[in-house]
Amino acid sequence: MHFFTKLALRHARALLWWSSALTLVLLVIGLVWGLFFSPADYQQGEMVRILYIHAPAAWMGLFAYTVMAVASAASLMGKYPLADIVAKASSPVGALFTIICLVTGALWGKPMWGAYWVWDARLTSMLILLFLYLGHIALVNAFDDYGRGARAGAILALIGFINIPIIKFSVDWWNTLHQPASITRVALPAMAMEMLLPLLVMGLAFKAYYVTLLLVRIQSEMAAVQVRASRLTQNNWTQNNRRENGR
Amino acid sequence: MDKFFSMGGYAPFIWSSYGIGIGGLVVLAVISVRTLRARERELQFIGTRQKKNVINNTESCQGEGTIHES
Amino acid sequence: MSLKKRRLGWLISSLVALGMAIGLLLLAARDTVTFFFSPSELAQLSIKQDRRLRVGGLVAAGSVQRTGTIIHFVITDRVQTVPVIFSGILPDLFREGQGVVAEGRLGTDGVLHASSVLAKHDETYTPRDVAESSLQKKWRGERAPGAAQTTATGGSAPAAITR
Repeated sequence: MHFFTKLALRHARALLWWSSALTLVLLVIGLVWGLFFSPADYQQGEMVRILYIHAPAAWMGLFAYTVMAVASAASLMGKYPLADIVAKASSPVGALFTIICLVTGALWGKPMWGAYWVWDARLTSMLILLFLYLGHIALVNAFDDYGRGARAGAILALIGFINIPIIKFSVDWWNTLHQPASITRVALPAMAMEMLLPLLVMGLAFKAYYVTLLLVRIQSEMAAVQVRASRLTQNNWTQNNRRENGR
Repeated sequence: MDKFFSMGGYAPFIWSSYGIGIGGLVVLAVISVRTLRARERELQFIGTRQKKNVINNTESCQGEGTIHES
Repeated sequence: MSLKKRRLGWLISSLVALGMAIGLLLLAARDTVTFFFSPSELAQLSIKQDRRLRVGGLVAAGSVQRTGTIIHFVITDRVQTVPVIFSGILPDLFREGQGVVAEGRLGTDGVLHASSVLAKHDETYTPRDVAESSLQKKWRGERAPGAAQTTATGGSAPAAITR
């Protein structure tokens, strides 16, 4: 683990370029395909195109939280300085994905269901996910002591992790307005190839975006840590200097 | 072309969704990169200033020394 | 090393305890978490008159009648049925065979006086031209709870396309 993280850090900048390029390419392909070259649906008509933004955002909202939870567990279990940084870097991106999911979902729901919002299990648990993200962002930034903030955030992330399976299985465990999954590993997808393929491309595009932004934010956070550290030594140094010169 | 933009009458819903989706991704990316650049610039600034301080302090062992601002 | 393992132990046990606590909570609050009752589930409940609730299922074929601004239809899950009266705007997707969720109060005659009707979208996605060209009229609703998976749902046609 350590060998790979050291390798990754040294080549962070190069990785970032490749990752951004991949993200852009996948996004362009996915958007063009979804908007121009995929068919309308027999039930929803053109509204099906919102799916190409809504579903990948939902998937990545869950994925980012899982990464954050794993990082939080690692942070609480031992001395992995990168773990705190990964968790802190993840939550704003995850929050964005969740917001996009909820908003596009509402825009889809109004004409299709007849309501912008309902308090069914799927929508409610996704809203809770957003609150968890916002809570995490608040916690890690609230403390002067960086370590304490990180630990508080880690505990919240782990407690909230129970929400992930709830979100995933909400449409199966309870009667919900939100439809069940169309893509399951067991059954053939209830979705035509002409729609499934652009959807998967967008899914990959969003994942690449997450990786790219994670790399940016990890580097950013590491720089912030260094700035903080050198400010501290600066202060100590100044004090020592003054003491030596008899002030 | 017209038909494409009107999206079967659902235009406001579909275009707002795409706008918010892609727009959100762009905004966060821009903010994150800007913050990264600002922090790296500051790191560089502190680095050169620390070098200057070392030089100043080793040159003038007596005397006041420079006053550091944090 | 043992400190790490001990921490891991604490972590896992507290997560398991939390999971069980929340599981029990959700089990106890089943009725409030569920968004609607199917007609079968409603039949099993003791019918509380004048209670606000939601019923979900398919619009039974041939059951839709409009008299002026008032619409009568029947919600079915192919096992039980619930008649509904509604006066208001129906969603775009409302039609016979479509999944719906009606919210309102249950009258003494067993009829749901709905204050709102939402359309429920199923999980199938089929291109429009494919659906129109296929000769079979699809039952575009959800699979009935407990019933065997029928080929009448839209699931069969897309599967044929993907092959």
